[in-house]
Amino acid sequence: MSALQDAKPILVVKDLNVHYDTGKGPAKAVNDVSFSLKPGERLGLIGESGSGKTTMATALMRLTRAPGRIAGGSVELDGRDILKMSTKELRETRLRDIALIPQGAMSSLNPVMRLEEQMIDAILAHRPGLKRAELDARVQELLKNVGLAPEVARRYPHELSGGMKQRAAMAIATSLSPKVIVADEPTSALDVVVQRQVMQTLGRLQDGLGAAVVLIGHDMGLIAQFADTVGVMYAGKLVEIGPVRQMIESPKHPYTRLLVDSLPGIEVKRELTGIPGLPPPLVDLPPGCSFNPRCPLAFERCRRETPLLQQVGPGQSAACHLYPEHAALPPLPPMTRAHQELRP
Amino acid sequence: MSRELVRYLLTRFGQLLLIVFVAVSINFIIPRLLPGDPVQTALARLQATGGAQNVDIQAVSAAYRAKYGLDAPVIEQYFNYWLDLFRLDLGVSFANFPEKVSTMIGNALPWSVSLLAVATLIAFATGSLLGARLAWPTAGRGIKAFVPLMMILTSIPFYLLAIILIYFFAVVLKWFPPAGGVDTTRIMRFDWATTEDVLKHAFLPCLAIVLGNIGFWALGMRSQMVSVLGEDYITFAEAKGLHPRRIFVWYGMRNALLAQITALALSLGSVVSGAVLVEVIFNYPGLGSLLYVAIRGQDYFVIQGVVLMLIVSLAVLLFLVDLIYPLLDPRIRR
Repeated sequence: MSALQDAKPILVVKDLNVHYDTGKGPAKAVNDVSFSLKPGERLGLIGESGSGKTTMATALMRLTRAPGRIAGGSVELDGRDILKMSTKELRETRLRDIALIPQGAMSSLNPVMRLEEQMIDAILAHRPGLKRAELDARVQELLKNVGLAPEVARRYPHELSGGMKQRAAMAIATSLSPKVIVADEPTSALDVVVQRQVMQTLGRLQDGLGAAVVLIGHDMGLIAQFADTVGVMYAGKLVEIGPVRQMIESPKHPYTRLLVDSLPGIEVKRELTGIPGLPPPLVDLPPGCSFNPRCPLAFERCRRETPLLQQVGPGQSAACHLYPEHAALPPLPPMTRAHQELRP
Repeated sequence: MSRELVRYLLTRFGQLLLIVFVAVSINFIIPRLLPGDPVQTALARLQATGGAQNVDIQAVSAAYRAKYGLDAPVIEQYFNYWLDLFRLDLGVSFANFPEKVSTMIGNALPWSVSLLAVATLIAFATGSLLGARLAWPTAGRGIKAFVPLMMILTSIPFYLLAIILIYFFAVVLKWFPPAGGVDTTRIMRFDWATTEDVLKHAFLPCLAIVLGNIGFWALGMRSQMVSVLGEDYITFAEAKGLHPRRIFVWYGMRNALLAQITALALSLGSVVSGAVLVEVIFNYPGLGSLLYVAIRGQDYFVIQGVVLMLIVSLAVLLFLVDLIYPLLDPRIRR
């Protein structure tokens, strides 16, 4: 960890905005998000569905597609802004410097090509001169790294199980030893046993390469196990970010608190708590803090003024008006009747 | 070749044989279910057109019956029919007696096959390419203008298109001959002049079929491509840093074509029947014109022969598509 503190960041995201143009105006799926990542760091980004996680993952590689559009900000990878690169430069940077482990690994492989063809395709796009024997050797090595048998190379995607496809996608993503890996819910379609294995593989690969990882997900438990740093997204905004321990033990943002509390425990059997209400529609955000209609601690200022991220602890920032007046998050009041009714 | 592949091929080949068997049987039964007697009808017509007043009709028809085996039990006729088929004997034409039906079909077949194959391939290939290009995000306004044009073309039946083409290119501009497969005075030889003549005659019918079909393929491909481009593997291919051209061909078109090939297999029947009309309009010496003339002249054996030929060639084409399909889509190879 200490080595992490001093290193120069490899990925710096500043005021990133991604909008979806709709009939009712732009839906701000990623709204002024900033964070940075040091080499070898594992950042977990967590949020409900619709909070802009996947939009963010695709925007980091400039893969955003219409009707989505990157409306502003910068994504600096090793000092170069991905959002300003020429298409050729961008093409060369993808996979070589920043690689994606896609969300739907089930459907992320071309159904009509053998796995090795798809792997070779990726390698050849960046190292055009390689000979067949070298490519084959590399394919075998990559498959071994993700725990797949050599003969899998000759198979078509429909002949692989979900976990194998996810591993295959990881093999492709790591084929050029990228500096940053963006893993967009890499395990969301897998059962828990396979999830665990895949996450371990990802961790092993990441250690081997020394790459920084942005892991995007909705499973707080999974992310907490994997990440060094956790960022929480709500309605397109990064509402809190900090070291994983602090985020779990002393979250500062009421939303993070509620997220952590909604994790079912095994020692203490209690009634499962959710977070009452639904995330706001992105085209029509409430004035002030987007979370204020669901927040048990909301006060007048929250409905008026949008909070900015501010330092709330060592390495921990939160976007909440409770600070700096409070030193820690006040205890949340028991759910009121009004809140109960908000429950979907 | 894996055992699964062999089994797939054998099943498909069995299906081909079954289709041919059923087609031949139906082709045998239907004329025999029709009221009236083909021999009587033919003779009555001969009689009506003059001559043969004093001939003993009964004797003549009995002679015909014996000749065609029409006095034998149906089952025996059926077996004979099959035997004749294996000897490629499809009977003789009433209208052009004593020309053999097999000779007539043999003369017409090359014209139809070359016209149809070339026209359909051109329409399919250019239509699919155009459709794929239309769906690609960088399609400019110039290429997008093709969409309404394609929609108009698909909605005009191609015999109408054929008439319009004849009017403009043959009657008004006189660039191409209006009808026929070759100049009536030409002696067919393998030389440049003959080839040029044949190509000139084939151009307009070919164009009519291409224009009539291209919109169908382009619009079908466009919608396929749009859905393929929304797939996760396209995004992942982009994330791999592949060149757009590679994504377009090997990730986009390659997958979108699967549905196009299915559509091609399904539409072969209508392609053939539509082409019959085009041949008739251009008086092209193919199977279509032959069938048309035979129907007008109630020339039973010719009708039977041509229909059989169409069904069998359709079955063979479908079989070929089935052979190609597993090469294109590995998920079918089981």
